[in-house]
Amino acid sequence: MKLARFTRAGLAVFAALVVLFLLGPLLVIVLFAFDKSNVQSLPIRHWTTHWFAVAFNDPAVRSALWLSVKAGLAATLIALVLGTLVAFGIHRFRFFGRDTISLMLVLPIALPGIVTGLALQSAFNLTHIDLSIYTIIVGHATFCMVVVFNNVVARLRRTSTSLIEASADLGARPLQTFRLVTLPMLSTAIIAGALLAFALSFDEVIVTTFTAGAQNTLPLWIFGAILRGQELPEVNAVVVFVLVLTVVPIAYAARISSGERTFGSGESK
Amino acid sequence: MSVRERTRQRLGAALWRRPWLRGALILSPPLMWFLVVYLASLVALLITAFFSVNELTGNIVYQWTWANFSQIFTQSVYGVIILRTVIMAVLVTITDALIALPFAFFIAKIASRRSRQAFLALVFLPLWASYLARVYAWINILSNHGVLPNLESHLGLPITNLAYTNVAMWIVFSYLWLPFMIVPIYGAFERVPDSLLEASADLGAGTWFTFRQVLMPMILPGIVAGSIFTFSLTLGDFITPLLIGGSSSNFIGNAIYDSAINGGDLPFAAALAFVSIAIMAIYLFLARLAGAFDAI
Repeated sequence: MKLARFTRAGLAVFAALVVLFLLGPLLVIVLFAFDKSNVQSLPIRHWTTHWFAVAFNDPAVRSALWLSVKAGLAATLIALVLGTLVAFGIHRFRFFGRDTISLMLVLPIALPGIVTGLALQSAFNLTHIDLSIYTIIVGHATFCMVVVFNNVVARLRRTSTSLIEASADLGARPLQTFRLVTLPMLSTAIIAGALLAFALSFDEVIVTTFTAGAQNTLPLWIFGAILRGQELPEVNAVVVFVLVLTVVPIAYAARISSGERTFGSGESK
Repeated sequence: MSVRERTRQRLGAALWRRPWLRGALILSPPLMWFLVVYLASLVALLITAFFSVNELTGNIVYQWTWANFSQIFTQSVYGVIILRTVIMAVLVTITDALIALPFAFFIAKIASRRSRQAFLALVFLPLWASYLARVYAWINILSNHGVLPNLESHLGLPITNLAYTNVAMWIVFSYLWLPFMIVPIYGAFERVPDSLLEASADLGAGTWFTFRQVLMPMILPGIVAGSIFTFSLTLGDFITPLLIGGSSSNFIGNAIYDSAINGGDLPFAAALAFVSIAIMAIYLFLARLAGAFDAI
């Protein structure tokens, strides 16, 4: 397709503006977190890390953080096992209903998050299960599983089965083959999936609203504090903390699975 | 060879000969989880939508009734909410598609290989970065003493009071879901071989003709995939309407949130949730009718 130089330049400027639009707001809140003033505005006159200290010493923030970490780790672990297994099963075996199943697996992501949350709450209500950290974990594991599945299945499609057959021909038992051949081939995809799953869980607020009851995860604490309009500088510090904690695993996941488009397979909040 | 060793070997051989058994062993734990937790919950949601709440005690009455659905379809306030949500979802989807198309085209077909990687990283960052952080940023930008009014007064421009309006919602929703539109459209552009575009040009097609007749049919599945995300995410969000929107920003999402969390009326919330599932189903059906899935 022939494009005039003028068109190319116009598109380049447009692309730069889009990137500014995408990243500018994030830059604003990162800067604001270091603003000494109670009411944040630009330009920032006095810089401080005071609000991070305030947030870290707030017992409500601490207990919310602890709950988020525990729930995130447990959900990631479950999602890791189930997501890897289902990726294997779908990829290696041909059976009736296979396409339906792989379509269905994406439902927790394709349907609005509020539907997943409310559906879980209805189920817990009907079965008289009280909302606790376990109900949070169950909800998170369900959508985190999809992320791990997407990552592992993307890697499986790129690896050939001949290595596994060779391993069996040379006398390795299935579990040995799995441990010594298959797992090393998949390890970075699995780790990337787990990191993404944890980041997703750590930041999730819509499903959690319906499965947490009276407990506060860190995102729920943030949401409540913004809604009340109180302690906003402290909220800002916590928000930046969550931002960093979600971005770092993602950046790392992107690096170890570089060259693969594991991210394009979709994700939703 | 010990007995144990032999049993293990036999077991391995048995599994190797019966691939269906291996498949069943591997697939049953995740599929059971999915069935018991997710699909059963959706069924529970449907059942709950036909219950009601005792107005005096606030307890759920486990008796079959159409009351929730008839309330949604007879009271005009819910019609307005549903219409407002769908219009917003359509607007956001169109806005994101219009921004994502030229942007994705640029990174896929014009940018150099190295800058392409950088652009992609810059798109993935907000895609995965904390959702709350991104909403909170916009509160700081749009509020009455925020960055935008500040900037406007510095530049001597008229001050736009966007805080707590539906325009603010439109901007923030478009911002939040933009990466979800860019990624699939970029993927679609990437799958178009350059030679195809060159062939079209060699055969005498102009830029616009090539774009419409060669590129668009191949990009359409990407747009549809992205629009499913933008549509579904707008339907299911209650955080943005509550934090960014104003008094006239009742959307399906926060109507559900209000009934379930503040009002204690889980059955009514469940009925509303089914309305949003129905809207998604209609949307997917229309997309299919339009032939959007043919190329997949």
